[in-house]
Amino acid sequence: MLLTLTTTHTPATDLSHLLFKHPDNPQSFDTSVGVAHVFYPRADEDECTVALLLEVDPVALARGKGDKRQTRTLSSYVNDRPYAAGSMLSVALGKVFGTAMTGRGGQRQQVADAAMPLRVALPAAACRGGVALAERLFTPLGWAVEAAAVPLDPEFPEWGESDYLDLVLIGRLRLADALRQLYVLLPVMDGSKHYRIDESEVDKLVRAGGSWLPAHPERDLISARYLDHRHAYVATALDRLSELDASPPPAQDEAEVPAERTPLAAVRRQVVRDELRALGARRVLDLGCGRGALLLQLAEDPAFTEVVGVDVSAAALRIAAKRVDKLPDRVRSRVAVRQSSLVYGDATLAGYDAAVLVEVVEHIDPGRLPAMEQAVFGTARPAHVLVTTPNVEHNALFEGLAEGALRHDDHRFEWTRAQFREWAGGVAERSGYTVRHVPIGPDDPVHGPPTQLAVFSRAEA
Amino acid sequence: MELRIPDMSLVVLIGASGSGKSTFAAKHFRPTQVLSSDFFRGLVSDDENDQAASRDAFDALHYVAGKRLRAGLVTVVDATNVQKEGRAQLIRLAREHNVLPVAVVLDIPERDCVERNATRPDRDFGARVVRRHVSELRRSLPHLAREGFRDVHHLRGQEQVDAAVFVRERLRNDLRDRTGPFDVIGDVHGCRAELEELLAELGYAVERDAAGRAVGAAHPLGRTAVFVGDLVDRGPDTPGVLRLVMGMVGAGTALCVSGNHEFKLVKALRGNKVTIRHGLAETLEQLRAAGPEFTAEVRRFCDGLRAHYVLDGGDLVVAHAGLPEHYHGRASGRVRSFALYGDTTGETDEYGLPVRYPWAEEYRGRAMVLYGHTPVPEVEWVNGTMCLDTGCVFGGKLTALRYPEREIVDVPAHETHYEPTRPLRPARAARQLALTDVLGKRVVETGLMGKVTIREDRAAAALEVMSRFATDPRWLLYLPPTMAPTETSALPGLLEHPVEAFAGYAGQGVREVVCEEKHMGSRAVLLATRDASVGPRRFGIEGDGALHTRTGRPFFDDALGGELLLRARSAITAAGLWDELGTDWLLLDAELMPWNAKATGLITSTYAATGAASTASLPAAVSALHAATARGLDVSALLDRTSARSANAFAYRDAYRRYCAPVSGVDDIRIAPFQVLAAEGSTFHTRPHLWHLDTADRLRAADPLFTLTRHRLVDVTDPASVADGVAWWEELTAAGGEGMVVKPAANQTGAGRGLAQPGVKVRGPEYLRIIYGPDYQRHLDVLRVRNVAHKRSLAVREYALGVEALSRVAAGEALWRVHECVFAVLAMESEPIDPRL
Repeated sequence: MLLTLTTTHTPATDLSHLLFKHPDNPQSFDTSVGVAHVFYPRADEDECTVALLLEVDPVALARGKGDKRQTRTLSSYVNDRPYAAGSMLSVALGKVFGTAMTGRGGQRQQVADAAMPLRVALPAAACRGGVALAERLFTPLGWAVEAAAVPLDPEFPEWGESDYLDLVLIGRLRLADALRQLYVLLPVMDGSKHYRIDESEVDKLVRAGGSWLPAHPERDLISARYLDHRHAYVATALDRLSELDASPPPAQDEAEVPAERTPLAAVRRQVVRDELRALGARRVLDLGCGRGALLLQLAEDPAFTEVVGVDVSAAALRIAAKRVDKLPDRVRSRVAVRQSSLVYGDATLAGYDAAVLVEVVEHIDPGRLPAMEQAVFGTARPAHVLVTTPNVEHNALFEGLAEGALRHDDHRFEWTRAQFREWAGGVAERSGYTVRHVPIGPDDPVHGPPTQLAVFSRAEA
Repeated sequence: MELRIPDMSLVVLIGASGSGKSTFAAKHFRPTQVLSSDFFRGLVSDDENDQAASRDAFDALHYVAGKRLRAGLVTVVDATNVQKEGRAQLIRLAREHNVLPVAVVLDIPERDCVERNATRPDRDFGARVVRRHVSELRRSLPHLAREGFRDVHHLRGQEQVDAAVFVRERLRNDLRDRTGPFDVIGDVHGCRAELEELLAELGYAVERDAAGRAVGAAHPLGRTAVFVGDLVDRGPDTPGVLRLVMGMVGAGTALCVSGNHEFKLVKALRGNKVTIRHGLAETLEQLRAAGPEFTAEVRRFCDGLRAHYVLDGGDLVVAHAGLPEHYHGRASGRVRSFALYGDTTGETDEYGLPVRYPWAEEYRGRAMVLYGHTPVPEVEWVNGTMCLDTGCVFGGKLTALRYPEREIVDVPAHETHYEPTRPLRPARAARQLALTDVLGKRVVETGLMGKVTIREDRAAAALEVMSRFATDPRWLLYLPPTMAPTETSALPGLLEHPVEAFAGYAGQGVREVVCEEKHMGSRAVLLATRDASVGPRRFGIEGDGALHTRTGRPFFDDALGGELLLRARSAITAAGLWDELGTDWLLLDAELMPWNAKATGLITSTYAATGAASTASLPAAVSALHAATARGLDVSALLDRTSARSANAFAYRDAYRRYCAPVSGVDDIRIAPFQVLAAEGSTFHTRPHLWHLDTADRLRAADPLFTLTRHRLVDVTDPASVADGVAWWEELTAAGGEGMVVKPAANQTGAGRGLAQPGVKVRGPEYLRIIYGPDYQRHLDVLRVRNVAHKRSLAVREYALGVEALSRVAAGEALWRVHECVFAVLAMESEPIDPRL
């Protein structure tokens, strides 16, 4: 991966002094991410360009990486990491131009302290968020951004654009500031780090960002992405940055999560719990419990004497089980999690008062719904079944959701209210249940509620 | 003195401390058969005499006894058992597992017991305890028989104890030594004329008495008829049916189990109060006409009928209403009741009739179960069970199944002799799979490799993929095995080369191999059907078939996929394969092109992304280095390296591009079948590959959707032939081809540990760039260290599972039997293996 930095400051060769790298002497540095080569494609009075070329050994990269227990996929071996500018280049930058980043200019301290005309070129900068994100990140810092998305493959225009920008930044800045900004913003644009982050990352962020980040309008986004969305770290960093800025501490980072999501999920859990209580259910199945958000909420409620969460994903269940393990004995004795699948009959799920399927059916292929129906309404056959699913009509009210788009990549379908009623009515009829419908969330007069709930009750129960 | 105990029984020893129970048990039973309370006290407390541990000890003892009884093993409980409560628990345990409890009382004088205990230093509890035991035993003795023991053997004194000999008795339902062949006949219900016709159809010679009445029948080949019960009631000639069947049973040419109607008839004939309905009135009337002597015979006969039989080494079970596996060969009121009436769900249908508990849908036993009781319009296999009651008396037909041939023979009813309460309805098809069919550690018995074990965590991982992404299991009859690459080549610039593949087969004694071009697409399994009725009829699902990936995902949406299936159907019809292979469905193994038709996501996220990043950054680096060179800087080594990498990046992009082409409809799709997997009644893994490729070529001739697979035969022992094979591979790969697959020309070769790799892939150097990375040839020394052995072992195991799935499908086995193999292949695919192999 390559970064070039050009100045037309006079004399331009001052750049080499500020960088502490001789223009006529190409140098190579071993860094933790590969060999960093520094050389000058041009170095005269009018213009001086330094190039940082990082050579990554992809074999060593694949070997040193990842959890040995995890199954590796082909992309752990073949990927963009040796080519696209991101966190690895940032590490090399810090290593090779570390002194310049501090702002120390040696005999040319005045030059170092002054803004100079700069042009930074990154032919392949990883940027999840496209040109718009690059502009949001760099423009407030005084850069003019010239960026074009690299097509995935010019021979297949239908594949669209890649996550890489051919990025040029032009501006008048102090060299040290420019380097610090790149140091922080390269991984921020990329949105992922090549290593696991720990608390020392907060220090790095505050050190490199202290001079410019507190006042940056995208401070929260930058902190969140730099710190891999680790909430505790992000909160610490934001606090420390606010102190530098003497501005009030910001609200919690939810910058990238649609504001609608979290409250709706909570409302859903609340409604489901209230319905279960109203039905007098004591022994409850959470079918498709995932990581256990609803399960734990039900477990805390002594109205429920036994709560069993099942999910088809062994990975999600491991997380749910860990959360259950942390519960006090009194609560934990009421909860169990185990693996099951709603398209296989599972006789151990028979005999419960109620089963809930919260945002589950839309993850099942329509062709497999009859198998789910048989497993839930036939084999398990609890007295009550609660099913929630998105109301697709309400999608029109979601900002940022393209027309016709579904709310989640894995949704196999999203039903209108009429479609849900038709399906639910059919199930009830075939299985000997009655059904009633309950809206969840704000019930729009035209588009209805965001979530719809069907409450099935066994006819003879 | 002979002590008779049934084959499946719980033997409860009863006697005071010191009465010699342990010695007695050790003399007559194996140590594993005897569960002693002392031993269990030791297990739970480290002290065999710690009476405070008794409660836990008996808990553990009952638990182990339960496991043994469930497995049908004779189990002896060595405890004093002088208290009624203790015995009651054991009787309950025996009943729970439907085995018979037998009591053996060791009635030894008190002083002898005390004396014996005195010689044992660990028993220091003195005479008082023994006295209490003896007195409790005395009080119990008169009531033992009424407590529920099937037999009470009372051994009075040491002499009788010493003389006792146990004799194991077979249960009366145990006819495992009768191996048939059998003709199992459904509910007759007084339809004598139809029965005579059916017997004639089956090849029995009917004997008649002077009055011309059928009084017996025998098969010239010594076959045995087996009646599933309900001979009587509703029909026009119950006495005639009984006369014939009683004659056959008497002569040993038939067996008969009791139906609920026989059971009720006996009660009625005994004079018990019964409701006269469901055709009983007609029977009683007819019997009155047949006379008291015959009626008495009928009563004796029906009273003596067993509720079920276990036949042919345990492979066949006949019971009137069917029988779940844990009841097979067991004896209890509950077993008898199930065999006669079945079980109900507690619900009633719209005719007010009880809804039957669908035991057959859950049945996973090894034995075939044949039964009647619930009339169905057509017989159907449900998990290896079949209901043979086709409602003859209601105007349906009288049906028999030839065993072991599994052939159906039936004769139509002459008329509707009796109006049914509700119309005959087909049994609910058993297409629901149970979680227990797939989850947990599993051992699948395969024809090619014996037992193949699936680890529990692999099954857990596969469950999500199968549940969330795979096509409906009713269509998912096969998943292809993974394919191992050839051993690693040492030639410069190469990781793989055909020479190792040929040598590998030569080493396994395979002389002739076929080299097949490796298509640049995705592995596809195509299930085609002859017409729209085949799906519902044969597989219990609407649709025309399925086209799925190697992990079971559907290739396309319903519209495009449906169109491809119709094209496949027409091509198979045009090629004349339906009739030639005697089938109305066909399963094909194929490659589907282009690659991006299914893999666009993978291509864009990984391959094209890598291509985009590398071709954007490396040329820029090269020109920066050129500029530096022009300034007189010495960066030549770095420039050379970077230029090479830049060239590799473009070569990498070219490599994946060859696999991609725009897909806008069915005409952009090509399917290259290379193996016919299965059809009704047949698998084809033993037919030579040339037959398969020739069959594929006939499809190609019928429809250009299908494309051919170029191939060469190579004799691995002939250097010229080998060189020819190598040259062909070089030609394929020089043109950018993926490479080839080398297979034994004869197809499946060897078995068990000697099972040859079904195929070995030899990939070309440019294709490997996609897999190993643009610059992989710079790192060959490192990449050559790769573990092919594990992948090879996995490949043969998956192959054995795949062939097993096909054999089971072809044989028409139950869905769960097929699915367990298919699921196992998917589970194995979750093994962490270098994905580049």
